Amino acid sequence: MTFVDRYPDATRIVKASFIVAFTALGIGGLFGLIQALHRTGTFRGIVSSVQYYDVLTGHGVLLALVFTTFFIVGLYQWGVSRSLEREPENMTFAWSWFWMMTVGTVLTTIAILGGLIPGTEISAAVLYTFYPPLQAHPLFYIGAALLVVGSWLAAADWFWSFRKWRQKNPDATIPLQTYMVLFTMLMWYVCSIGVALEVVVLLIPWSLGLVTNIDPLLPRTLFWYFGHAVVYFWLLPAYFVWYSILPKLSGGRLFSDSLTRIVFILFLLLSTPIGFHHQYADPGITLGYKIWAVISTLLILLPSLMTAFTVISSMEHGARQRGGSGYFAWMGALPWNRPAFVGCALAGIMFAAGGFSGMINASLNIDMLIHNTAWIPGHFHLTVGTASALTFMAITYWILPQLTGRNLKFKKLALAQPYTWFAGMTLMSNALHRAGLAGIPRRVSEPEYRTVTYDPPFGTVSEMQWQVALGGTILFISLIFFLVVVVASWRGGEEGPIDDTLPAPLSGPEHSPKILDNMKLWIGIAIVLVLLAYTLPLADMVMDGLFSPGAPPSPV
Amino acid sequence: MHIHRFEKLWIGLSLFLIACFIGIVMFGFTVLDLKVPGGDRSGKTVDPKTVMAEGPFSNPGVREAENGEYDVYMLAQKFLFRPSSGQPLVLPKGKRVTFHITSPDVIHGFEVVGTNINAMAIPGQIATFTTIFPKTGTYGVICHEYCGAAHHTMQGQIKVVPASEYDESNLVSTSAN
Repeated sequence: MTFVDRYPDATRIVKASFIVAFTALGIGGLFGLIQALHRTGTFRGIVSSVQYYDVLTGHGVLLALVFTTFFIVGLYQWGVSRSLEREPENMTFAWSWFWMMTVGTVLTTIAILGGLIPGTEISAAVLYTFYPPLQAHPLFYIGAALLVVGSWLAAADWFWSFRKWRQKNPDATIPLQTYMVLFTMLMWYVCSIGVALEVVVLLIPWSLGLVTNIDPLLPRTLFWYFGHAVVYFWLLPAYFVWYSILPKLSGGRLFSDSLTRIVFILFLLLSTPIGFHHQYADPGITLGYKIWAVISTLLILLPSLMTAFTVISSMEHGARQRGGSGYFAWMGALPWNRPAFVGCALAGIMFAAGGFSGMINASLNIDMLIHNTAWIPGHFHLTVGTASALTFMAITYWILPQLTGRNLKFKKLALAQPYTWFAGMTLMSNALHRAGLAGIPRRVSEPEYRTVTYDPPFGTVSEMQWQVALGGTILFISLIFFLVVVVASWRGGEEGPIDDTLPAPLSGPEHSPKILDNMKLWIGIAIVLVLLAYTLPLADMVMDGLFSPGAPPSPV
Repeated sequence: MHIHRFEKLWIGLSLFLIACFIGIVMFGFTVLDLKVPGGDRSGKTVDPKTVMAEGPFSNPGVREAENGEYDVYMLAQKFLFRPSSGQPLVLPKGKRVTFHITSPDVIHGFEVVGTNINAMAIPGQIATFTTIFPKTGTYGVICHEYCGAAHHTMQGQIKVVPASEYDESNLVSTSAN
């Protein structure tokens, strides 16, 4: 008996979500390879330097928005069903959010791929930040809105299950996995209202020609209201895995239930009010709000540093259970031959490195050295591109057998996959960071300029270029490994006992104060913090009219 | 609620680290005067549709301000910087120079390679910041925000010369306003 036998309906939703997620991962990853080769001048024969921006849009949207969101709804449906021990309340409703998200994804993808097909009217080379007055085809925005609203309904579905569970268990502490799901989705509601307003109120009417001009700063600000919290929407599901599954994979138990809850509360409170740190170099936003963003952004280091402690101490506990000893030698006793563990552990290590470059980004005046340079993609390929993506791939190796009732196939290939990802990302990311320090910009198909000579503080430009190209190629090979394992295991694999148990934490929910479960209190404080950070700047931008000062559209 | 003493220590050290980071940023901001764009004239907007026809941006370039300081009015537009694309923008070494940058079309970026000069040019807004070039030489200028099909060709140069050699005939006459 495993997940598929207990919850066959939930299993179908989870598998369907994973199919969309991994399809997006494959296409988006291929686009990434094309970019790594093109940008570095290694091979520019696949797309033109103009089509590069269509490919870049596809890479960002399919990986950062589609792969993540679909994997997350699948993972969270799994977590809610197993921890509340409930099937989805109504399958028609469950399929309706799934199909809403999928139709949205297809529309947006059509708009993007249209740009690569000569002779079509449809295109959307606006990158995944879609800053107006750059204008995409209306399908791009309509699809994006459907994807976001579909994810809201998915969250509503889990709150529905929670309410039903609560009626039967009026005094019980919320099961930890469900707690993490609900707090992530509360944060998602708070932050994604920004992008929904941007797209539905401003961009869709404008792209349909109902209004001509647009005020570029207002939608940009609404985007970043959403755009930093969205990184925690990618990251918290990885934390969900690191807190609730990784300790078991290491051979031990979670260190503390209550601190896990506190960490998720801190993310709910601090994720959204810090969006201005993406706009340090922007005119039109007063310095006071930028300084407030510095302080709150650096404060959000706290829950991540607490996570580092809990994850590492849980792993150490596991290693000592497995016979490890010594100050550092216990690390050798961890299961470095199990793909799910290896992927999560390597993702955690890379996340620490990404955290350090993130501290630079957060530091207002220091950020001016690297704002919009290659440093930034160097940073977020460690965070969303590894901490989230590699964790998602790794935990698939553990969850997929529970969905099929069959063991994983090609275990050696699965074991090689996280190691190759780590190697490829080490090459690519260190070179991108250093290229950024030399002033090489991000988001550009040909970073060599007639009037510019780069003077890198460490290394040479040509050495960085080949590291990016080689790293990108290794990452793509790693991705192929992953897809081969998943496709082969989907139907194949031996039937047999499936490992699916999660042990209780060392310090369990009986030690958690009731106030941590008070969702109304925490969402209330979160909303107050958002209002403090955003009311006045947004009022400033809206006072002169929603679409003013207006700039004419610039279709691409 | 039980918190392990190692974890309490860790949380204490984390908060100390965060306080240090905030302190470093504030030290740079106040004592070293390392500011960011958008500082002094926020709230002032321009109409992107008319910015090239009227006001200071209709005649972009360097102007002399009071106290021997200089102002640069610059347009970042598809796919050039005016001034600095084509002919380099010439500036004196060691003088305070205040940039005012806007865009008449889409969002652009303004990066002087190898320095901390970095700003967004947003239609409707004026990015304002003050800097000093301590060394003579030629600096590359790049648009670092994607702005359309020829984004990767948008570039310029700044040439910094000794203040004694600075040719005042480079200046744009303010009477043109």
